[in-house]
Amino acid sequence: MAGREQFETDLTHMKEAIIALSKSAEDALYKAIDALFNQDLDLANNVISHDNLIDEQEHTINDQTILLMAKQQPVATDLRRLVISLQITADIERMADNAKNIAKSTLHLGEDHRLIIHPRIKEMRDMAMNMNQTAIKAFQYEDISIAGKLSDMDNEVDRLYETIIHDILNETATNPEKIQYVMQMAFSARYIERFADHITNIGESILYLVKGKSYKLN
Amino acid sequence: MATATKTQQAPILNTNEPDKEETKTIYSIEDFNLWYGNDQALYEVQMDIPENRVTAIIGPSGCGKSTFIKSLNRMVELVPSVKMSGKIQYKEKDIFDPKYKVEDLRTDVGMVFQNPNPFPKSIYENVVYGPKTHGIKKKSILNEIVEKSLRGAALWDEVKDRLNENAFGLSGGQQQRLCIARCLAIEPDVILMDEPTSALDPISTSKIEELVQTLKKDYSIAIVTHNMQQAARISDKTAFFLNGEVIEYNNTDNLFSNPDDRRTEDYITGRFG
Repeated sequence: MAGREQFETDLTHMKEAIIALSKSAEDALYKAIDALFNQDLDLANNVISHDNLIDEQEHTINDQTILLMAKQQPVATDLRRLVISLQITADIERMADNAKNIAKSTLHLGEDHRLIIHPRIKEMRDMAMNMNQTAIKAFQYEDISIAGKLSDMDNEVDRLYETIIHDILNETATNPEKIQYVMQMAFSARYIERFADHITNIGESILYLVKGKSYKLN
Repeated sequence: MATATKTQQAPILNTNEPDKEETKTIYSIEDFNLWYGNDQALYEVQMDIPENRVTAIIGPSGCGKSTFIKSLNRMVELVPSVKMSGKIQYKEKDIFDPKYKVEDLRTDVGMVFQNPNPFPKSIYENVVYGPKTHGIKKKSILNEIVEKSLRGAALWDEVKDRLNENAFGLSGGQQQRLCIARCLAIEPDVILMDEPTSALDPISTSKIEELVQTLKKDYSIAIVTHNMQQAARISDKTAFFLNGEVIEYNNTDNLFSNPDDRRTEDYITGRFG
């Protein structure tokens, strides 16, 4: 196989691995919120232990990226493609960390907290997951018009986060004895908001890849 | 895209700014065409080569880059069937003007070739060959030229104790630096290099590259290279030739990070060539 052909194959494998990693982080968020709503401590523990696997996958992708840089000495778009691979995998790893933190909050809350989880947290999760699918599509097709949508989507997540926090603060005013539980719920909303921020960073990486210049989406 | 805004923060490495220290143009090439018999090798070449800068010429085999560089000192005319049109001005003088002696041009514009080609003479005689043909006979002046040129070519320390030994006893890398010293001995303004490191090992290559960086303080350098990393490392401007045309002539930082032309991108990323 010729040098360029091998490089293209390696790049394709790397892209697939990054997309798979991103889906793992999304899956972790889905499960973490399910565990939060259902007080499912087993599922929360499952999310936490699975995070190690995501960390390992991140390291593997990074090692392969660095190896490709050394072997191929890429320039222009090829170089940017490898640089953003490192950035995107770092963002995905942080996204998974946020999912893990939600799972930890679920463990803190325990099985009998008797707290009603704010129903719109699930809506917020679904918005973040939708953002992730958009980012994957933009990354897969290197499509900046799709990546550009992430800015508005992130703003919607931020607005919902503010609404949820506002409601939660009202709850603590009326039920001060529940404050430690309510805080965990507020943290969980915050973790989803951070999750979405990292997806926006991925959008910025895609813009950098295609345009060769830095842009801000959030 | 309405939602994306360009970041306000200045990038740490700004690769898109033009050369801050504008220099004078040493070569100005306008609408230059060249034919070998009926085959056209260069098409409408348009380029300004800056003074005291390194200009790299890259492109796949047969794209006309060597033909172009050999046009700059009129060496290409040694090929009998060559025809040319257009203009090449060196320091604002038309190099094809019948009043302009080719010997004068080649005194100002030295050349280093792909394979080191020292004369079968001593190291000393190799360096003084040019000055002697220009009539310099005084031993003390010739000695001065030898030391200055060999120092300029970063070879003095390695050969100062064996100047009378045959140049063929030097390594390939040393021979190439001797050829650069021989070129410096006639005190040119421009040094043309046609793939000067393609026959050398990595260490010798690195020495020549360092040397090029040092030489650009005093000389204008145009270098044809097949090694794109080399062009990226040592040049200030790069011209990408394809099928006899200049596809892109850009600041090297731009050309290797974010080229303007898709064909440049495809070439530098190894999609063809």
